[in-house]
Amino acid sequence: MPVIQTEDLTKRFPATTALDRLTIDVEPGVVGLVGANGAGKSTLIKVLLGLSPATSGTARVFGLDVTKDGPAIRERVGYMPEHDCLPGDVSATEFVVHMARMSGLPADAARERTADTLRHVGLYEERYRPIGGYSTGMKQRVKLAQALVHDPEIVMLDEPTNGLDPVGRDEMLLLIRRIWAEFGITVLVTSHLLGELERISDHVVVVDGGQLLRSSSTSEFTRTSQFLAIEVSAETDAVADALTAAGLTVKRDGHLLELSLDDDETYDVVRDTVAAQGVGLIRLEQRRHHISEVFGEDQE
Amino acid sequence: MSRPMPNPPSGVIHDIGYRKYDGPRLGRRQVTRALFAQSLRGAYGLGRSARAKVLPMLLLGVMCLPAFIITVIANVTSSITGELPLAYSRYAVVTQGILTIFVAAQAPASLSRDLRFKTVPLYFSRPLERSDYVLAKFAGLATALFLLLTAPLLIMYVGALLAEFPVGRETGDVLLALVGAAVFAVVFAGVGLVIASLTPRRGLGVAAIITVFALSFAAVSALQGIIRYEVGNADLAGWLGLLSPITLVDGFQSWVLDASSSAVAPPPGDAGGVVYVLVTFAVIGACWALLNLRYRKVSVS
Repeated sequence: MPVIQTEDLTKRFPATTALDRLTIDVEPGVVGLVGANGAGKSTLIKVLLGLSPATSGTARVFGLDVTKDGPAIRERVGYMPEHDCLPGDVSATEFVVHMARMSGLPADAARERTADTLRHVGLYEERYRPIGGYSTGMKQRVKLAQALVHDPEIVMLDEPTNGLDPVGRDEMLLLIRRIWAEFGITVLVTSHLLGELERISDHVVVVDGGQLLRSSSTSEFTRTSQFLAIEVSAETDAVADALTAAGLTVKRDGHLLELSLDDDETYDVVRDTVAAQGVGLIRLEQRRHHISEVFGEDQE
Repeated sequence: MSRPMPNPPSGVIHDIGYRKYDGPRLGRRQVTRALFAQSLRGAYGLGRSARAKVLPMLLLGVMCLPAFIITVIANVTSSITGELPLAYSRYAVVTQGILTIFVAAQAPASLSRDLRFKTVPLYFSRPLERSDYVLAKFAGLATALFLLLTAPLLIMYVGALLAEFPVGRETGDVLLALVGAAVFAVVFAGVGLVIASLTPRRGLGVAAIITVFALSFAAVSALQGIIRYEVGNADLAGWLGLLSPITLVDGFQSWVLDASSSAVAPPPGDAGGVVYVLVTFAVIGACWALLNLRYRKVSVS
């Protein structure tokens, strides 16, 4: 049974239409919700939580209607907002204990689950210090912990990688993957980067302008959004020509060359071609397209 | 020599992994009660930083000091006077400055803080309804204020009993004063919270609350004095008392509870008394409605 179901869900604000007859089904697992800023991702989450009423259409979570059964849904859901939501003057432990109690856990259970949850998100000694002094990465972990502390059946994470450096981003993504793989909690996670969501999601939903652009399992996306960036020591143009001759799609970007990444053989082709040209390979890295690049055509 | 044990303990710490929670989940009412308890404790700085405890505890001390002095005086002079030098029901008005500072410090700490750190959406994405949040915060601060007023009244009551004043009279008086204290607490908490709910900036909230309470009391008292003694219109002076929370509740308790008034001019006659009562309840109702309206609209973005 789908965990989340929407049908012709529409949300209009005075100036804009944030959701435009959106119909999606979310099955258990990690579901990535991708879209540019303003595509309607946050609005969808708020409608699902019953925080903001829909203009028309229906939305169901666990088969419960969001307009009628808001409290029953919110008991079983965890929510991590996009914006800052942490008081700076209390410790992570105090804050998460309080939030656990606000989710209906008795005092003892709240303390026990807080210790467990903070350990799972990777906060150790820091958790007794005031949150005001935390790094962005630590704050994101606290925000995640308060969404998980009451052991929900689904967590909705709004842009959890926002503001994180590449390492923090990877750690956060791994953590999100674990929420489903190890904790068995369904995850609805939003991002404006398709590349990072496809790494951890079982299913990706792409929205744009409040409308469903695409909804499919992750593997279908992977090819279209990955590419290689290489940098060579000299003769960039000659290398580009040689790579094109070897059957790759090559695009020049400054002194970088961007190559389509079809499969693992691409790496071998690059290595051999560059070696044959007698120049050095300075950089070789896998990159991901920004969502707007992948769907650039659709938006025009 | 020790022999090796047959099964030596391995001494490995196991990561027990994720544990599901299948314990009890409390309903809305108990969650509201937990938030109430947290708000009440928070008003005295309990469960907050050491710095947050300084002001409320200091105010509690300052609040009790006059009561203690009154008690000492009453006991020393008991053979001459036969009653407390200050009536129980006047205590709240005499110490209104302290009450004002307490509300000004704690109402923003309770509401503006959640607005400033944008913690509000975390509450509303949980089973709690918005009106539960308002109820818990309102009741928390009102109870904190009531306790702040109860402590000195009890000191005075004990002092009166030690001075061997008539037990029946003192008990009746202190009970009436406690009812008045409850009304004071609810009105002060309501007005303070409405102001605090409008700004995420604590400093602004503190300043606004002090201004509203202190300025309205000073202005109303001054005007009452001028009109009553210079113009000679005691009725009009009495009506003016409706315009400040402090004189309003003072009028309420002097008419309903037959307490001694501390205002420059008490409510004019029975009609005035009825109006004072109605306005007092209207203010409480309005604060409740305004807070609920505010939190229905509060942004959850």
